[in-house]
Order: sequence, then structure tokens, then C-alpha cells
Amino acid sequence: MNSTTTQTVPATSSRQHWLSSGWRAGVLLVALIVALPVLTVFSFVFEPAGEVWRHLAATVLQDYVVNSLLLMLGVGAGTLLLGVSTAWVTTTCEFPGRRVFEWALLLPMAIPAYIIAYTYTGLLDFAGPVQTGLRELTGWGYGDYWFPQIRSLGGAVVMLSLVLYPYVYLLTRAAFLEQSVCVLEVSRTLGASPWRTFSRVALPLARPAVITGLSLALMETLADYGTVQYFGVDTFTTGIFRTWFGLGDPGAAAQLSALLMSFVFVLILLERWSRRQARYHHTTSRYRSLPRHRLRGWQLPVGVLVCLVPLLFGFLVPAGQLLAWALRTAPEMLGVEFLQLTWHSLILAGSAALIALLLGLFMAYGKRLHGNWLVQGAVRIAGMGYAVPGTVIAVGVMIPFAAFDNTLDGWMRAQFGVSTGLLLSGTLAALLFAYTVRFLAVSLQTVEAGLGKIRLSMDDAARSMGYRPGEVLRRVHMPIMRGSLLTAVLLVFVDVLKELPATLILRPFNFNTLAVRAYELASDERLADAASASLAIVLAGIIPVILLSRSIAHSRPGHA
Amino acid sequence: MSVMSLSRWILPFLSVLLLAGPAAAAEVNLYSARQENLIKPLLDRFTEQTGIEVNLVTGKADALLQRLRSEGRNSPADLLLTTDAGRLHRAREAGVLAPVESGTLSERIPARYRDPEGYWFGLSVRARPIVYVTDRVKPAELSTYEALADPKWKGRVCIRSSSNIYNQSLVASMIAHHGVEATEAWARDFVANFARPPIGGDRDQVLAAAAGQCDIAVVNTYYLGVMLNEDDPEQREAAGRVAVFWPNQEGSGDGRGTHVNVSGIGLTAAAGNRDNAVRLMEFLTSDESQAWYAQVNHEYPVRDSVPVSDTLAAWGEFKADDLDLHLLGKYNAEAVRLMDRAGWK
Repeated sequence: MNSTTTQTVPATSSRQHWLSSGWRAGVLLVALIVALPVLTVFSFVFEPAGEVWRHLAATVLQDYVVNSLLLMLGVGAGTLLLGVSTAWVTTTCEFPGRRVFEWALLLPMAIPAYIIAYTYTGLLDFAGPVQTGLRELTGWGYGDYWFPQIRSLGGAVVMLSLVLYPYVYLLTRAAFLEQSVCVLEVSRTLGASPWRTFSRVALPLARPAVITGLSLALMETLADYGTVQYFGVDTFTTGIFRTWFGLGDPGAAAQLSALLMSFVFVLILLERWSRRQARYHHTTSRYRSLPRHRLRGWQLPVGVLVCLVPLLFGFLVPAGQLLAWALRTAPEMLGVEFLQLTWHSLILAGSAALIALLLGLFMAYGKRLHGNWLVQGAVRIAGMGYAVPGTVIAVGVMIPFAAFDNTLDGWMRAQFGVSTGLLLSGTLAALLFAYTVRFLAVSLQTVEAGLGKIRLSMDDAARSMGYRPGEVLRRVHMPIMRGSLLTAVLLVFVDVLKELPATLILRPFNFNTLAVRAYELASDERLADAASASLAIVLAGIIPVILLSRSIAHSRPGHA
Repeated sequence: MSVMSLSRWILPFLSVLLLAGPAAAAEVNLYSARQENLIKPLLDRFTEQTGIEVNLVTGKADALLQRLRSEGRNSPADLLLTTDAGRLHRAREAGVLAPVESGTLSERIPARYRDPEGYWFGLSVRARPIVYVTDRVKPAELSTYEALADPKWKGRVCIRSSSNIYNQSLVASMIAHHGVEATEAWARDFVANFARPPIGGDRDQVLAAAAGQCDIAVVNTYYLGVMLNEDDPEQREAAGRVAVFWPNQEGSGDGRGTHVNVSGIGLTAAAGNRDNAVRLMEFLTSDESQAWYAQVNHEYPVRDSVPVSDTLAAWGEFKADDLDLHLLGKYNAEAVRLMDRAGWK
């Protein structure tokens, strides 16, 4: 067949040829199906939209580009700063509360960006309690004092950084934990200071993990609609909706989406570039638990502050405000129906997480086994949905599904006089598919990272013992990378729990989720009423987040 | 927790969910851009009275319209309910609505609040007047929407984003009355008077005005009505600091009346439960339902005979702009472009 397959696992028999091409075809097929929504939207690109495009270019396009870029830069800097510093401090230092911070630092992940945005708006806005209190205290009026405007580009950067830094923290910490102590000790015995060890040894070694976390955070940033819309910041996502629905021009909206995707390509290239020394594995399997550096004197408050600030502003303050609101409004909002909402959210998130895990595993392993350029490209394309706004994906799912349903229905009517109606449209299957398209990247990247750490010599050894590729995966790889698999499931679970736009558009009749309920009330500016549902999303997200943290702590080599 | 045990748990539930769809014999399927808590109580009442189950999906009007379009003739939806006439017009243009002939509906709903050929019917009227902070502005200083472009309002106006449909409709109505050029010139001057870049919803404009950030705002009345009847004392107090001014009344400007829009409903072309759907439409225009809109959400009933809430009554009668509502849909895209050009964020 084709010699590129022999790079990793020598194909020795025709049966293996068949197997490998079968697996490869499977990966390509899945990638194609997953790419379908994005391709559907892209097909509008060829619709003539010259006139609208000129209008956009003359008026608002510059704002979209500049704001999106600034948002990415800001959130990039913010998540790096918060994520890497907390990961380093909790991994290498010892101070009171460290064990709590280890998992608590992940908590902001459970808060959807649009919810933290409206919570802080309620707190800090001109008419909110903080500024009103300030005015009452000082007797100032409007214009007498300066107060940062929370609903602004800067505010959006802070909000998104606070809820997205855990991606960087999570992956960076895992990378720090896996670093052989020996490497770090060598650095220290050669006379390098702790800071130098960090900047010259630990950080460069962790770079692939840092960049992966960063690219996840930035893709979420690009896809964000709720926060920027609420804050009145004009970015690509808000522009796409305005062009599509306000101007009624899907062609120009698709072209904007295409431009947005070009940002994503840059991110993907960046991520690949960071992995250019692709496969390296620690050369020794001898690990010792890291002796932590005990913080003393001035170091102690600095270390604690580094961890406390993101936790306080990313979780405690917004969750506290939500709780305060919820306590006031809960009696009206809670009831049997609320349980049903919760159940719907959990079942959707659980199912989507499993699907994403299985597909991610299938594709990542296919790439490891038979990774020619075609498969590599397919895997990349399958992960692109993560940066596409949920609404765009939802429309991209709706159109081909309905076309399929209607074509089948037409054919069945013509052939047999039977109407099959809509089989896929408006079902949970369509919704789960949309989640898969949107979040496959998360599980794919996590599984790939896990697989990448397993030496290829393991595959060879297992194969030489007569295991087939599927068995190697099941009996060798999966047990080793249990932590990564769990991480993938939990990340997608939390993401789906928070997902709003696709759920809103694609859900079946009489089917609501917590996110939908929170949004409907918040969009009507009934923030206090929205708090119960918001808090439930946060609570449902906390348990997986804690599990996640435990799995990482245990992932350290040497810890059984 | 292993993958296998998880899937053993979840898959059975999932299959149950996938199979359980709307199954009742007497039913009607509704796509609603009114959010659930502002329509569900009425639907429950309808089911109680008629035994007809109502299946509901809520969402944004544009998304629901897109869903209707892609589902085509197999769409399960019987009815589309929106919160503005522009979208109903758009749905009609897209060919997803079907005309309804109902003596009850045409008798109950004044002609100006429904499509002449029966493609859609208004259910409640939403007015968008000016509100002013009573201790900083005298009503005599106010007259028309057009006059809000006067430099005396510089830095004193709060209004939400031009992405919002109510502003798009307001500007569309001005295009219909004055043409694009004059409206654009007005919009430029109006935008120059903004106290802050547009952020937040209509309630937020009221809060900002009450807190001193601006002196006047343009908002839909029902937001103010709900705020005035809110449990939260802060919201009540803020709303209490402003009063409603009805612009463009007889004697001021062209006297065409204050801009209004309707929330309305249309039968879909794919409707499979046509009779039930028409029954629901008629139910939504009954005295009881009409009174509900007025009492619970402080919207104006489309039927004059129905009493309004005390809050609405206190604002007095006003003359509404009797512009053909479908023009709001027709000029919508033009309005968005105009606001882009005028720098209305």
C-alpha cells in the first residue's frame, strides 16, 4: 500500500495493510463528518456579498479585527500569568493551604464566562452596590470620580482570563509534576537559583503543555459570544450575528467566520510549532517525589497571594454573589422543574463527554498508528470546531441534517408513499453531534498529550508479543493514560454543562437545561432570578473539577 | 470510574430520551421567541381548558426562523411566536408562514396590528417612549424622537446597542417616515449625545439614568413596568426616579405618535396541527390572555376593551404611530447599516 505507514509499526502482512487502511479510512470519515458543519457554513463563502462587505469594511470591520486581536492578546497574557505562576507555586513550594489551592484553583473553570460577566456587572457597575456604596460614603456624583468600566474590552479580558486560566494551570501543572526531579535537581546542583531553574529548565520543558493550555483558552476566547455581547465589545462573533441576522446576509457572515477561522489556523500553527521537537520522553523512569521549597519570610505572603487572587476573583466573589442572589430568589425558582433542568444538563454533558472521549481516542490512536499527512490534517480539522461560536456550529448542523432528513423523506414518499419526516433534526442526537463538533478538540488534545508521553517502544514491545493494535490500546495504553482519559471526559463534561448557544437553537421540544434557564432570565436582566440556575451549573461543575485535580495529583510518576 | 461503567449508566437513559418525543394525540408545537416564563403560564392555561398539549421550544427569533427554514415542509412547528413584527415579516418573506382566516382573530385584533393577508397577528403591543429623570428634566423640555438630536442633550442620553431589535425597529420606522438621508443625519447627532457607549439592556438604561449617568433614556415600557413592581427595592427605587414621556404626540413634531411594535404569532406553512394551532392563536387573543400580558408583563393588550395594569394606567393614554408594521421588517437591514455608519455601536 503506502510506505508512510511503516514509520511506527512495520506493516508485515496484507491483513495489517487492510487493518491500517481501515483505521485510516475510519479516521478520515469521522473527521469529515465532524467537519461537516464548519464546511456547511463555509459553503456560503461563495455567495456574492461584495456590497455588504464594502459596507462592513467602511464601517465596523476594523473594530471587529482590532477588538478580537486585543481580546486574544489580553486573555493570552492573563491566562499565562495566572496559569503558569499558580502551577509553579503549587507544584514546587510548600506553604499553608497549598493542598487546598491545588484543587481550588481549578474551580473558576466551573463558572461559564457569561455568568461571571453578569455577576461582576451586577457588583461593579455604576448602579451596582460597590459604586453606589462609594458614592454614599463620599457624596460624589456621576463624573466626580474615576472607576474602571467593567463592561468594556478590558473588563472582558479580565472576565475571560479569570475563568480560562485553569486550562493553562491544569496542563502546566501536570507537566511540572511529570518532570523528573532529577532534571530539576541537576539544575539546582549546578548552582542555578530556583528562579533560574524555573525559567531555564522547568518552563521550557513544560512549554508544549503551556501552549496547549493557552491555545484551548484562546480558542474559547475567539468563540465567546455571551461575554462580549453583554459587555458591548464588537468582535468577530458579535459581528457574525449582526451581519447574518441584522443585515440578513449569511454570505458575508460566513466570510467573517472564515476570517475568524484564519485566526484559529494561526493558533494551530503556533501549537504545532511549539511541539516541533515533537517526541521526546524522559530518559529515565526513576522518579522521586519533589522536595518542596518551603516559603518563608516575604516569600510566604507572595506565594499565598499568587494563588489566592485568581481563586478569590475567579470563584469566591462571583460564587458568593450568586449565592446571595440565589438565597433571595430560590423559593420561586426551585421546584420539580428545576430538578428536571439539572437532570437534562447532566445527561447531555455525560453523553457528550463519552462520545467525545471515544472519538478522541479513536482519532488520536489512528494518528499514532498511521499518521500520514492526510490523517494528521484530518485530525486537526476535526478539532477546529472548538474555536467556532456555538451558534455558527448549530446552524452548520441544522442545515445538513435537515437537508438529509428532507431528501430521505422525499425519496421515501416517491418510492413507497411513506413519509419519514425529520429523523435527525430537532432531536438530542443533533444536539449531541453539535457538542461533539464543538468540543472534540478538548478530548483530542488531552488524549494526544497522554499518548505522546507513552514511548513508542512500548507499542513495539506489545506488538511483538502478538497484540493487535486495538488490544495494545485497550490493554497497554488505556491503563497507562487513565489520567488523561479522565481529564478528557471531565473537561468536555464541564464544557457542555456551560454550553449555551447550540443548546438554545438545537434542543428538542419541551427540553430545557440549566444554561438555557440561566440565560433566559439573565438576558431579561433578571440577574437575581438567574442565580439559582447559574449556581447549579457551577455546583454540577465543581465535582468533576475536583475529580480532575485528584487525578492529576495521582498522575505523578511514582504515585500509584 | 471506568469508561465502561459510565457508558453502562448513561446509554440506557439516553435511549429513553431519544425515543421520548411529543406523542400526545391532541397537541400543537410552538417555536417561541418569547422566553418560557413569559408564555408558559398561558400555554398551561390553554391545555387546562382544551386538553391540547403545547410543545414548546424557546430561542432567539432569528435562530428559530433559521430552524423553520431548514426543516422546510417537514418542520414539526405549527406556530412561530416572535417579540417583534419585523421578524414576522421576515418569516413571511422566507415563505415559512401560511395565511389564516379567522373571523375571531380579525374581529379582535385591530387591522394595524395584523398582517392584511393573515400571515401573522399581533398579540401584545410594546411601546418605546422616552423616560426622563424627574428631578433633572422637565417634561416640557421633551417633544419628539427627532428632538433628541439637539445638542442640549449632549452627554445626557442612555440607549442600548444598535444590535438590539427594538432600536433597529425604531430607526426603521424613522426611515419609513423621513427617508434614509434625513434619518442618518439625525442618528449622527443623536449618537453624539450618548452619555456612554451603548451597553446593557433596557433595564440597565433606567438604572444608569436613576444613578445619574444620564438624564433620559429610550426604553420599552414593560421593562419599566416590571421594575416598578419588582421585589428588589433597588430596582423599584431606580424605576421610581424616572417618568414616561410619550414623544411625537399631537402638536409635537409631525404628531405621528410614539413608536410601537408588537409581539405576534404566525401559522407555519408546514403546520400539521392547523386547527389546534388556530385555537391557540384565538386563545392568546381572548380577554383572559390579553389581561395576563397587561397584568404580568405590563405590555399593552392589542384589544382596546381589555383593562391594563395600574402601572400602565398611571402612564396615561398615548397616540401610537400607525405605521404599517411590516415596514419595520422591510427597512431593518437598512436601519442596521445606517446605525453602523452613524457610529451607533
